[in-house]
Amino acid sequence: MLSRLFTMSSAPEFNIDYVANLARLSLTSEEKEKFSRQLGDVLHHIEQLAKVDVTGVEPTAHAFPVENVWADDRPRPGLTVADALLNAPAQCANMISVPKVVD
Amino acid sequence: MSSDIFYQTISSLAAQLAAKKLTSVELMQAVIARTKAVDDRVRAFNSYDEGDALVQAAASDARRAASQSRGPLDGIPIGLKDVIAVAGQPLTASSKMLANFVSPYDATVTRKLKEQAGAVVWGRLNCDEFAMGSSNENSAFRPVSNPWDLTRVPGGSSGGSAAALAAGEAIATLGSDTGGSIRQPAALCGIVGMKPTYGLISRYGLIAFASSLDQIGPFARTVEDAALVLGAIAGHDPLDSTSFNAPVPDYRRELAVKKGPWKIGIPKEYFAEGLDPEVGAAVEAAIAHYKKQGCEIKDVSLPNTQSCLDTYYIIATAEASSNLARYDGIRYGHRSKAATDAIDIYAKSRAEGFGAEVKRRIILGTYVLSTGYYDAYYLRAQKVRTLIRQDFLNAYQEVDVLLTPTSPIPAFKLGEKSDPLALYLCDIYTIGVNLAGLPAMSVPCGFTKSGLPLGLQLIGQPFQEANLMAIAQSYEQAHEWGCRHPSL
Repeated sequence: MLSRLFTMSSAPEFNIDYVANLARLSLTSEEKEKFSRQLGDVLHHIEQLAKVDVTGVEPTAHAFPVENVWADDRPRPGLTVADALLNAPAQCANMISVPKVVD
Repeated sequence: MSSDIFYQTISSLAAQLAAKKLTSVELMQAVIARTKAVDDRVRAFNSYDEGDALVQAAASDARRAASQSRGPLDGIPIGLKDVIAVAGQPLTASSKMLANFVSPYDATVTRKLKEQAGAVVWGRLNCDEFAMGSSNENSAFRPVSNPWDLTRVPGGSSGGSAAALAAGEAIATLGSDTGGSIRQPAALCGIVGMKPTYGLISRYGLIAFASSLDQIGPFARTVEDAALVLGAIAGHDPLDSTSFNAPVPDYRRELAVKKGPWKIGIPKEYFAEGLDPEVGAAVEAAIAHYKKQGCEIKDVSLPNTQSCLDTYYIIATAEASSNLARYDGIRYGHRSKAATDAIDIYAKSRAEGFGAEVKRRIILGTYVLSTGYYDAYYLRAQKVRTLIRQDFLNAYQEVDVLLTPTSPIPAFKLGEKSDPLALYLCDIYTIGVNLAGLPAMSVPCGFTKSGLPLGLQLIGQPFQEANLMAIAQSYEQAHEWGCRHPSL
């Protein structure tokens, strides 16, 4: 298992600008270069999964079956306004303030 | 057992408290003094609130004086990994993103410890940022040191929880385990660490990393102590839709009842290339011990073991990329001052707030979920997860429990592993358990020649924690590895 990990060559196609934009993550050029190389290695390793025969195998999302849990639609005490705003980076008149979204 | 009060077990301290030979306030004061004496070197705590802890301890003493003790944990200082919410206290996940965050509510485990068990919730323990890592070096604040050798890592991601307990800065602690984050640091720090069955413990108030894998669990000095803490935090919670609805047994009583001999499976794939010879020898000695006790030792195979690492890093990063989308600089957490518009707030706040490993995992997770790659990576990984889980269930047709090393290597030097893949390899023996949702624990099984602790892993059947702990205890009680303490 170890030797397999340390004999990595070319990375699969991976466009870091495209993925970083999807993730809403602004990266420096150094980070782009470094992460591309490191994640290329990881992705190359992950390619090994393509060799596993999964014909007819059902996917597992949770180790145990998870069912929807329904709750009665009844109001109950929640966070106070003060608690809900406790960690807001900026606030005004009991609301969280953000930059203008629509001109 | 050590005469130092801060190195004693819950069961011993509970007896002294009940006999009025000790007060909770005295115990808390001893733990605070110890923490002040050693934590500048161990760096296990992100923060603690001395005054609040003493108020909780005094309340415990008052309950005891009024004959209203809530049981063996009443007045025992228990530290929490800094991903578990405590109302009115900081909650940082060791990330700049949440450096100033104060939790407005208690996690369910916090509430149970405080209100039902009467424990003193003591401090918030350092960890890898958002619980992503195996060395605790990904903390945005400072790395934790291993109390047995301050130049080495304590393991991760719950490194602070393990180091604090090993150093006598708490009597028990909680961590979270997504791919080995309780068991691996427990092994590297010479204590007991347990990852319960997925669903046994509510995740409400636990900062999410990978929701289908995350599980809270205890660190303790003995299996019996772990049983006490587990019993206090387990149980159904309507606030966590994945929480399992079944009565919680009295684990300590079960420990006294369950007796061997057991059938113990040895998965050959876990004794392969990369296993440190000293770790291997200690685990072999433990196998010999069980054999001598009359247990049947059986070789088993988990043929999909070599796919565990790949499957894990697809599923865990995919879930993380989704979970961590909530940190956008709008409602809470770090907001960039350099941002010009709404989208820019997201991208720049996340760039400034997250560290390198978190960014790497978000990018990898976003990629494996993105259009055109979903089927090849994420869906395929979920199918392989089925095969991995089936391997374990097949093995349990023949054996009661599986025995493996916890970590392939003892504690390594701080800064030694800078390549992400090299660090990911530290988890190869622990991640399969999370993918299969099984309970597992690490128990001390010796020391290297240079004095570093070693751990063995026992992997149990779903919701059979009592059996698992009984098997662990039968080994523990025949050895005294856990009675040693680091010289600090």
